[in-house]
Amino acid sequence: MSRYFDVTLDEPLENVSSEVPSSKKPLSARKKRSQNRRQIRDERRNVNKLVETVKKEPRKRPLDEKRVQFYSRGEGLQDTKHIKNAYYRSKFENKEKKFEWATHQSTRAELLLTEEQGFLVAERGERTSNIKQTELSNTIDITSATKHFNLDLQFGTYRANFTRNGRHLIIGGRKGHVASFDWVTKRLHCEMNVMEEVFDVQWLHVETMFAVAQKKWLYIYDNNGIEIHCLKKINKPLKLEFLPYHFLLTSSSEEGYLTWLDVSIGSIVSQFNAKLGRISIMTQNPYNAVLCTGHPKGIVAMWSPNSKEPVAKMLCHRSALSAVAVDPSGLYMATGCVDHTMNIWDIRNLDGPLKKYKLHSPVTDLAFSQKSFLGVGLGNVVEVYKNCCTTAVKYPYMRHRLHSHIGNIQFCPFEDVLGIGHDDGYTSVLIPGSGEPNIDAFESNPFQTKKQRQEGEVKALLEKIQPEFISLDPFEMIEVNVPSLKEKIEARNALQQLKPQKIDFTPRRKKRRMNEAAVKQIVRAENKKEFVRQIKNSLTKEENVDTKTETETSSSVLDRFKPKRPKQKR
Amino acid sequence: MKVKVLTRNPDIYLRETKKDIHKLPRNYDPSLHPFEAPREYTKALNSVKLERVFAKPFIGNLDGHRDGISCIAKQSHALSILASGDYCGELRVWDLPQRKCKWKIQAHDGFLRGLTFCNDNERFISVGQDKTIKIWSADEQYCKVPEEPLSVILSSTVITGISHHQKEPKFATCGDVCQIWEESRAEPLKVMEWGVDSLQHVAFNPIESHILASCASDRSIILYDTREAGPIRKIVTKMRTNQLSWNPMEAFIFSGANEDYNVYSYDTRNLSMPVNIHEDHVSAVTSIDYAPTGREFVTGSYDKSVRIFEVHKGHSREIYHTKRMQHVTNVCWTLDNKYIVSASDEMNIRLWKARASEKLGVLRPREKAALEYADTLKQRFAEFPQIKRIARHRQVPRHIYHEQQQLRASKQKISRKEANRRAHSKPGTVPFVPARKKVVINEAS
Repeated sequence: MSRYFDVTLDEPLENVSSEVPSSKKPLSARKKRSQNRRQIRDERRNVNKLVETVKKEPRKRPLDEKRVQFYSRGEGLQDTKHIKNAYYRSKFENKEKKFEWATHQSTRAELLLTEEQGFLVAERGERTSNIKQTELSNTIDITSATKHFNLDLQFGTYRANFTRNGRHLIIGGRKGHVASFDWVTKRLHCEMNVMEEVFDVQWLHVETMFAVAQKKWLYIYDNNGIEIHCLKKINKPLKLEFLPYHFLLTSSSEEGYLTWLDVSIGSIVSQFNAKLGRISIMTQNPYNAVLCTGHPKGIVAMWSPNSKEPVAKMLCHRSALSAVAVDPSGLYMATGCVDHTMNIWDIRNLDGPLKKYKLHSPVTDLAFSQKSFLGVGLGNVVEVYKNCCTTAVKYPYMRHRLHSHIGNIQFCPFEDVLGIGHDDGYTSVLIPGSGEPNIDAFESNPFQTKKQRQEGEVKALLEKIQPEFISLDPFEMIEVNVPSLKEKIEARNALQQLKPQKIDFTPRRKKRRMNEAAVKQIVRAENKKEFVRQIKNSLTKEENVDTKTETETSSSVLDRFKPKRPKQKR
Repeated sequence: MKVKVLTRNPDIYLRETKKDIHKLPRNYDPSLHPFEAPREYTKALNSVKLERVFAKPFIGNLDGHRDGISCIAKQSHALSILASGDYCGELRVWDLPQRKCKWKIQAHDGFLRGLTFCNDNERFISVGQDKTIKIWSADEQYCKVPEEPLSVILSSTVITGISHHQKEPKFATCGDVCQIWEESRAEPLKVMEWGVDSLQHVAFNPIESHILASCASDRSIILYDTREAGPIRKIVTKMRTNQLSWNPMEAFIFSGANEDYNVYSYDTRNLSMPVNIHEDHVSAVTSIDYAPTGREFVTGSYDKSVRIFEVHKGHSREIYHTKRMQHVTNVCWTLDNKYIVSASDEMNIRLWKARASEKLGVLRPREKAALEYADTLKQRFAEFPQIKRIARHRQVPRHIYHEQQQLRASKQKISRKEANRRAHSKPGTVPFVPARKKVVINEAS
């Protein structure tokens, strides 16, 4: 505390006085006046200077342009000069200002973030990948050290799944062992053996319910291990994913079916055969809720419940895929292959991999962390790569070797922890820097109380996004559909400029002779009327026809008996 | 080796005591808030649905009159006071928050034609079919029933309406002629007439307080200036204007409730055509009153409904009706911009909320913020078809619904006929005439 007061005074305080030093000689009146004037002038100047300095000082802390860009929602309307109406111009300008203000505010709010990201720096000449978990847990504090632990279990290859707030964990062994617990306090919620093969486990929107893909059907249990539902409509599920904002539980099956189940109302939104065989690799794109499935032909297909055809399909590898993972920001996708290769793709731009990696053994599983660390399971080794999407990295950031084969890996949200399910149980590994340090309690809160969870559930249900909105670009719905609008207008204009075909004929001669020209006129007018009517019909039917062509895709031999669609002349 | 692993101190994230509020840290990182657009859309959809769920505009009614209500008047200093008069000459003063009659008196023999409060709110004036103008004193609390009017003026002509000057102790009456009176004199200061007309309504401009307008049964609207000797301008419209109301924020704008089911807003600077046509009523519009903000106005109609219009829009944003409400004779918008009062033929005065789904009473800050957020979302997604459909859907009584269909058919018929005529005539002989230009037939000054 003393450091605030140890200001050294050069002079004793008594000397510092506000008195004007008395002059020896009394000044003459004129001199006095001129001195006064000078004083006043100087004072004014000083005041002016002060004002200037105040003006020059920036009123707010300048913002880092990169951070502003990070929070920005896009470019916005750059040039408003082309808007002719002054009212609308100012309206749009004001709107843009508001958006800018909001972006700046959220950038400034960074100041309030309390936590900082973890890190690991090796000694000079060493690599971080050589640092072992035991070394790491010896150097860090006890609470963090307890997060590295190992569960020895005997019921086969385990799969692990964290809740969205990273607080609870569920593990499912291939031989039927299912257990859910709070992995931080190690408090067990339930443990049971379902006496059936377990392929996958998945938490639903809250930690009171989870889904288990068992040998025949999909089951839903509550946190006491009581079976709530058995979904016989979902047959032989292999992989499960939960889309939290849509309340959709998705599964891929042995027989190649994809299913979207709305857990809030309990009905199947969409279920179809992907026609690509057994689907054992499935992951969701957290940015747009599109499912990505990997196939033995080296193909990655992306699915939305709204179409039976994949919304995107790409050939990623020459041989069978073994794992797919998508970055939480929805920018990058990592695909692993049995031929020891791993590719990084830009999802928005699907041509050519961004990065190609050659690994020492085939990839078993891939997982992205919240800070875009990539965990790669390779047989019995887990490697974690940092910044591998943007730069070509040579060495892993961390490496952990196990004694058994890996089932799956998942990074724990909001923690620097990687969960590994493997043949001999479950291992939790510390990966410093992998988790998001600052939580947003309105989205997912590891410290939430029961009441908060219940309230959050209600809020989330009210905000449930309808499955129709699942598409590659989630922001598509608030954008103006410019090209198609243009096309529509052009098509309409083109239709209006069409002219009826000319009829050239000589009317039949009748007994009662009629004026030939009049007959011609009548026939031509009728022809024109008919033509106009057709155009009108086509204008109204256009939209319906478009939707029909999308849905009617299957071709059948019986199609030849359908009425032919009239040809349109353009 | 340098290492830092995330460890969260629960003390930072959990509240200390049970009485504290919960700590809710925020992080605006966009990757933590995915699906912004569809989530906001869903929120907007929910809030627009909730708006319709909570739309219960009817607050209560004031009953007690023994005949249809002919006029109501609002007090500018006390929000809670309302005066009303009926067809049999009874005058009542109401306490709006209590929904009780403060007192009543048989003021006139026969029809009570008009009521107005004086500019100092210490007196109010009523006019009746019996050619009398009675000035009543109003004590502070309106508790005492006045036994006698302060003064009674006998007029030589029939009086049908009254309006008080905003600032001076003057008032105008209409009947066969328009007369300007001073409260202390028994004779009119000025008599202004324009041809042979019988006037049914007169209204002083609240801002340019010397200007007044009246509507006549010869389908005309006449503008007067109290500083001049006679009327200044006159327009003749296609049908009769029943009532008119001045915009309290824009001195040059007034709107007239017309017999042809529409409301026309005029600009006094250019009376050759109205600035806007507000249509939606299916019968003659009988009364109109502006909101104190000048952005909206309320109309009552012979079709047994009350509608609220926005000044710049051609169609109403709201319709109020009840099973028992008959032809609406008078409406007024209270000066706190929160309530609407409607008086109708079946002896009731009804109290409505000006915004149907608004929550009455004090809002807590979080509630207020949530409502504002919902409003912004509704505005932002207003043009989305589903949201638009829900926001504008109103259940209307069957007679209005059928009437609307008939009107639509007849309008279509007229436009079709015009189009046909245009198609079969020499180009240019059947010009396109905008609807606004068809309203004013004659303009004189």
